[in-house]
Amino acid sequence: MSTMMAREDRTRALMLLSPAYIWLTVAVFLPLSAMAYFSFLSDVPFGERQWHVTLDNYREFLETGTYATLLWKSLKLGLTVTAFSVVIGFPCAYVLAKVIRGRSREALFLLVILPFWSNSLVRIFSWAIVLRGNGILNTAVNAILPWDVHVNLMFSPTAIVIGLVHSYLPYVILTSYLALQAIDDTLIEAARSMGAPRRTILTRLILPLAAPGIIAGAVLIFVPVVGSFMEPRLLGGRFGTYYGTVIEDQFVAVFNWPLGAALSFILLAVVLAILAAFSPILRRAQT
Amino acid sequence: MKRLLLTTALALVAQSAFADEIRVLNWQGYGTDIDWSLEAFTEATGHTVVHEYFTSEQEMLTKLRTNPGAYDVVLINAAYTARAKDEGLIAPIDSSKIPNFVDLDPSLAENEDLNPGGELYGVPWTWGLTSLAVNASEFSEAPTSLSVLWDPALKGRVSIRDDGLEAVQFAAMATGQNINDIQDMDAVKEKLTELLPQITTFWGSENDWNQYMASGEFVVATYWSGSASRSIAKGLPITFVVAEEGAIGWLDGLSVPSTSEHVDAAYAFINWMIDPEFYVKWDAEGAPATSNAKAAASLPETSFNRKVLGDPATVAKVQFMRPVSDEDRETYLKLWQGLKANQ
Repeated sequence: MSTMMAREDRTRALMLLSPAYIWLTVAVFLPLSAMAYFSFLSDVPFGERQWHVTLDNYREFLETGTYATLLWKSLKLGLTVTAFSVVIGFPCAYVLAKVIRGRSREALFLLVILPFWSNSLVRIFSWAIVLRGNGILNTAVNAILPWDVHVNLMFSPTAIVIGLVHSYLPYVILTSYLALQAIDDTLIEAARSMGAPRRTILTRLILPLAAPGIIAGAVLIFVPVVGSFMEPRLLGGRFGTYYGTVIEDQFVAVFNWPLGAALSFILLAVVLAILAAFSPILRRAQT
Repeated sequence: MKRLLLTTALALVAQSAFADEIRVLNWQGYGTDIDWSLEAFTEATGHTVVHEYFTSEQEMLTKLRTNPGAYDVVLINAAYTARAKDEGLIAPIDSSKIPNFVDLDPSLAENEDLNPGGELYGVPWTWGLTSLAVNASEFSEAPTSLSVLWDPALKGRVSIRDDGLEAVQFAAMATGQNINDIQDMDAVKEKLTELLPQITTFWGSENDWNQYMASGEFVVATYWSGSASRSIAKGLPITFVVAEEGAIGWLDGLSVPSTSEHVDAAYAFINWMIDPEFYVKWDAEGAPATSNAKAAASLPETSFNRKVLGDPATVAKVQFMRPVSDEDRETYLKLWQGLKANQ
């Protein structure tokens, strides 16, 4: 009887899980393995082109310093954007979770998520209008300040960071919010009643308890920003060459898919290595 | 009168005897496939025309290699004509069978890339320039030198296309070198290193260019002559400049594949394509410059192709682009990527 039940359970579990696993196979595993395969070819195996299996694409990364320089540049960009997002996002999340109550919280929450609902290209182009030399920001600053200033942030690393922080900020706000909400208010009251100053409550109580949320948000931001290409290309001007844009070039402009695939897998490996190096901290934060 | 009768008679004979269907291989929307012209061509010669398109020079060569006998006329950029000839893909052309050939600009008809091995393999058809265009309202007097790109006063108001080969060629011209035989790559590198801080952003397409120029993002940028004529026609206040150091020229020719079975009809079509009457009408729609001296002379005075590119002094400054070897191409790309990565 019991074995019957177990088998039934297993079939049910299988049926319930199969959509997810089929989806993972079709949407993630197959394309990724196709790309992994491409990365070892000498040319795209389309049409009449001749190709053979080779390691040249990976060797290319090691031989040309350019790609390593760009990868380092992209990692720095990822760190900067993540840092700004956390510094801006965490206070936002704190205010949402602990200070504001009732209706206005919902309204503010909506405002936080709103950027997610618009197409990322639209967001970037609106930033272009704001940041341009004779754009909205310049006009506004000149309207307020009595002396003449020329603000032109467009086509600079600053513009890239602004665009990326705006795009990814909601992640860190949402994850921090969830973590902060889980903190029991009575804990904070207890600390306060025992005379802990605000700073101590923040560093010894709130930050450690909210750490899993903050770190989850940071990882969610860091990974895609390192590979980003649209924001650097459209907002960065001559500074806009990053690791992601070079990969995009291989696929779109130069038609060198094998090299593009190899560069992508190197990026994947580096990001995984970074996450692995930080995993002790991540694990500590979780417990 | 006699000539007219003869032409009519010839046309009649042609119509009755050899009404062929010819197949043309070209970029889409590039002159050969205009409806009104094809209708008139069929009416005059009886031949009908079918098109097939390519999206890159490599694709064009592949199509010629893999489909022998499928095409009768093919458009080949002069930098690729020798390669097609060496692979035996195209046949020498008997220019005596193309009546309009005598009106072609002799320097183009004798272009060495179209005459690999001293024999004509491509009939020069159109040409154009990659040079500079400036915002006319910012420059009371148009610049005459490429050094305007390096002018410290214009820092952050300059743009070029994000293309390694083109960037290297401009730097080569600015350092007084021949774009087809660059000896001093160090000078090119140094020049490009100095150029990058001048640049605000790279442009990618004609549309990009128009927007950035209109919004004042840049005031001087490299540009294509054909696009410049269209932008001016749209009312953008720009001046197309051919600097004294030169401009990059490209030349397109029409060739006949060696496997063509309708050679006479193909010649008739090429003759039609270089006919002044066709070109003047095409120019009104926005065309590249013609190889036909007579056609160029019959353009209206206001035409961009006549005013800017029709000036012999301008043409004398042009450096026509020769074939680029794969190794050189890769060297240029690596140099460019390296410079951009360090920004």
